[in-house]
This record gives sequence, structure tokens and C-alpha cells, in this order.
Amino acid sequence: MAVRKRGYANLHWVMMVVVYKIVVNGSSYNLPFWGENILERKEEKDMKKKWLGLLLTVVLALGALTGCGQEKKEEDNNNQTVRTLEEIKEDGNIKIGVFSDKNPFGYVDSNGEVQGYDVYFAKRIAKDLLGSEDAVEFVYVEAANRVEYLQSGKVDIILANFTVTEERAEKVDFALPYMKVALGVVSPEDALITDVEQLNGKTLIVVKGTTAEKYFSENYPEINLLKFDEYQEAYDALLDGRGDAFSTDNTEVLAWALQNKGFAVGVESVGSLDTIAPAVQKGNTELLNWINEEIESLEEEQFFHKDFEETLAPVYGDSVDADNLVVEGGKVE
Amino acid sequence: MQDSGIQVLFDGINFFRLLEGLWASIRIAFTSMLFSVVLGLFLGMVMTGKNKAIRFVCRVYLEVVRIMPQLVLLFLVYFGAAKHFGIDISGEMAAVLVFTFWGTAEMGDLVRSALISIPKHQYESGYSLGFSKIQLYLHIILPQTFRRLLPSAVSLLTRMVKTTSLVVLIGVVEVVKVGKQIIDASRFENPKAAIWVYGAIFLLYFAVCYPISKLSTVLEKRLKD
Repeated sequence: MAVRKRGYANLHWVMMVVVYKIVVNGSSYNLPFWGENILERKEEKDMKKKWLGLLLTVVLALGALTGCGQEKKEEDNNNQTVRTLEEIKEDGNIKIGVFSDKNPFGYVDSNGEVQGYDVYFAKRIAKDLLGSEDAVEFVYVEAANRVEYLQSGKVDIILANFTVTEERAEKVDFALPYMKVALGVVSPEDALITDVEQLNGKTLIVVKGTTAEKYFSENYPEINLLKFDEYQEAYDALLDGRGDAFSTDNTEVLAWALQNKGFAVGVESVGSLDTIAPAVQKGNTELLNWINEEIESLEEEQFFHKDFEETLAPVYGDSVDADNLVVEGGKVE
Repeated sequence: MQDSGIQVLFDGINFFRLLEGLWASIRIAFTSMLFSVVLGLFLGMVMTGKNKAIRFVCRVYLEVVRIMPQLVLLFLVYFGAAKHFGIDISGEMAAVLVFTFWGTAEMGDLVRSALISIPKHQYESGYSLGFSKIQLYLHIILPQTFRRLLPSAVSLLTRMVKTTSLVVLIGVVEVVKVGKQIIDASRFENPKAAIWVYGAIFLLYFAVCYPISKLSTVLEKRLKD
């Protein structure tokens, strides 16, 4: 919600700036802003200022009125666009927002088919809710507009690697988690770091602004941090041996280690654990409850382990323990 | 071959998908431009008119469009309409609306400046020959403005084609997004795909924009005589 509110707030400021510009330009530059009209008569010019004053008042008044109106509307109409569980069943299709360029969670393969860990789960939801995997309509979302898509009711569920945070939980309702991410530490195989304590007095490479930087500087002051602005630089530094290990999200380092011979992820999960969960529009309790029940009931067949095998294992390889990434039944230890 | 990464362009239906994405960009840009030219001609004439109230409104409109990023407009139309009025318009429709809103303002201003660059005596001669206002514009003023308008209108069109890369944020899969999808889908097997995919996108944009600007220079020359 804050995202959109900001949008309207911007509009307001823009209007103010426009009005301000007109006032300033109008009085001191004799309205070059307007463009001189060649057919215009001179005596009309004095009238200009009168008109201007009147119109300014009207514009300001209108701006104030619509501004207030919008604030109010927001409260009232918030839930009107949402489809309830019954309506989804009636329509016989469900709109699920997924990533289309976050391999291996949601991506489009070379045949134009959408694939990935999130997509696999989305198809299962459609099957259990509507009886067919084809009943799901995939909407490609971006990290920046996931909240908007839910708030405007353009999708029913977001399954786009959506990390649960307090700030986001104010705007959308998160269901039970189906995945978790923590930090991972990758290091050369011949000097593998298998425990964070081994890093004391050594150099750890991190990327600025990541959770890894925050976590290690707060909790392990003995570790020397070598900081870079970009991932590529950090990986290059690790390859050159400028640091003993590199840490960032475990999904990222696991995939990288697989591509780079001689490197392995010795520490697969460290630091604060973040969970990834489906999200629905705020207040859509029926759908939320249904998803929660679905996630709980899927525990029995270890559905997300199967999902892992199908979609993540080919990328992360067999060396990765599924239990470090997958959450069954919404239970995180 | 193993290392070059170029084969990613011809994997499966990838190249076809890129073309499809390009078609989406072209569709949005050209439809919007068509509306913008028609509406912009009227706006331009209105903006040179005598009525101050109308000119003021036009001016506010133009400034709002110029100050407001297109992305904000896209979000307002696509998500805002759904949220507040329950109007669910498609991403492409929203894009055409916003681009037309933008293009009309820009085009209107171009037309306005082209109109006032026509010497006063052209108007006066027209009137003194008994032309009505509509006849005056149709037969005397507008034909003279076309050549002045052409270069700037073409540059507006090419800007529009390139700005379509924003519409991915309202769910329209255009050429740049397809490129990102292709790069990402092959990022494990083929980390060097990016340069080829972006190279291909560069050529595709060029293939669209170059003929347009070429055509405009040809037209400009022809209209000179």
C-alpha cells in the first residue's frame, strides 16, 4: 500500500510544482511558458493575470479535494477487486503471479514454457483447487510490482520467491512458508571452510548492502571483511584468491559453486533465516486458509522435496541437502 | 561454438519469441503514435488559440506529462484503475493509453511551435483572400508545418519505441523482457549468452528505428521542392 500511496503523493507534489512554476514564470517572465500567440492583441495581456489567479484557485481547490477523496476511497475500496475462493472456483481459473526470469524458481524455457520451483507448486495448487493444472493462468511479475499486483486484484496469488518481511506483511497476507533462505559460505575446496569459526582472522568477501555484510560485521568482528559493490567483482576476487571465502544468499552461492570447479559451499546455512511464502491480497482470508491447509496437507507426501528434486536439484546438484532450502508443512525449525 | 554463446538465440523458439516481443513493442509505439499525431494536431491548434483558459489547461497538461515519469503514469493507469474503479484493463491497453497521453502532449507542443513559426503574413493573406479558419489551416498553414514537424515527430516515435521497455512493469512481455528471460533461463549452462542476446536486441531496435528516420529524411527532401 505504501508503494501506491507514494504514487499519489507524488502526483500531488507534481501538481504543486506545476502550480509553483506557473506562478513564478507567470509573474516574472511574463508567461513565456504560454508561448506567444501571434494573433493575440496587446490589450488582452492585462487580463491574463486575472484569469491566472482565478484558475490557480480552482486548480488548488480541485487538487485538495481529489487528494482527500483518494485517501478515503483507499480505505473503502481496498477489498473490492479481490476474488474470493468461491469466485475463483466459479470462474474455473486462478491467476498466479510468478517470476519469468529467476532461474530456477520461475523462468521461461527455450520453448516458451514457464518452469521452476514456484511454478511447480502453482500447478499443484490449480490441480487441487480446480482439478486441472491447466486452470492456472500465469502472470509474469517483477520484484518491484509484486505487491501492486496483489493490491489491485490482478492476480489471486503471488508465488514469486516472495521473502516474508514485516514491511511487506503490512501490505499483503502471507501464507505458510514453503522455502527458506539463509546465508551460505563458498570457499576453495583445498581450503574449505566448513564452520564459520574457522574464518576468524581470515578474509571473508561480501557484497555491500547484502544481509551477509550486516550479519558478519555485527556477529563476527574478528573476521576481516573485504567488500565489493557488485557480485561479479566479489566472485572475481574469490577466484583470484584475494579472500578466503565469500558469503551471500545460500541459493546464490550454491548455484555458483556448481559452475566453478574447485569451489564448494562448506557452510550451507548460517545467519538469520528468511522464509519464502505465497501471498494473497490483504483480507482474502478464505483463500489464505485454503493455501495454508493445502501446504499442511502436502507435508504427508513430502511434496516440496519432490518439487526440489524436479526443479532445484538439476541446478544445485546432489551435494545440496534439500532440508536446507525446503520447508514442509509450513514448519520452520 | 561451446564458448561463444550465440546458439542461445536459436535454441527452441527463442528467436521467434524475441520477434514476438519486438512486435509487442512496435504495436504499442505505432498505435500510440497514430493517436498522438491526430490528437496532437488538434491540441497544437488549440494551444495557439485565443482562449486563455483553454491554453492554461493545455499548458498544465503538457507540464504534468513532462514532469511525471512515464512509469508513474503506467502504474496509475494499470494498477490504479483496477484498485479504485474496478476497471481491469490489459497491460497493452494501459500502455497505449499512457503513451498516447504522453505523445499527444509532446506532439501538441511540436505542432504549436511549428504553427507559430509560420510567418504572420501567411495567416493574414489567407484571411484577406476570404479563407475560413478551417480552410486556412487545411490549405495554407498545415501543409507548411509538415516539413518542420517531420524530424521532431520521427524522433518522438523512435523515443516511444525505446520507451516501450518500461511496459514490462505492467506485465507486457516486450523484446527486452524476452531477452532477460532467455539470458536467465540459460544462465547456468550458458553464462555468456547476455552479450549475444543484448546484441540481437540492439540490432532489432536498429532495424525498426533506422528505416523510420531514413524515410523521414527522404520525405523531408521531397517536400522541399
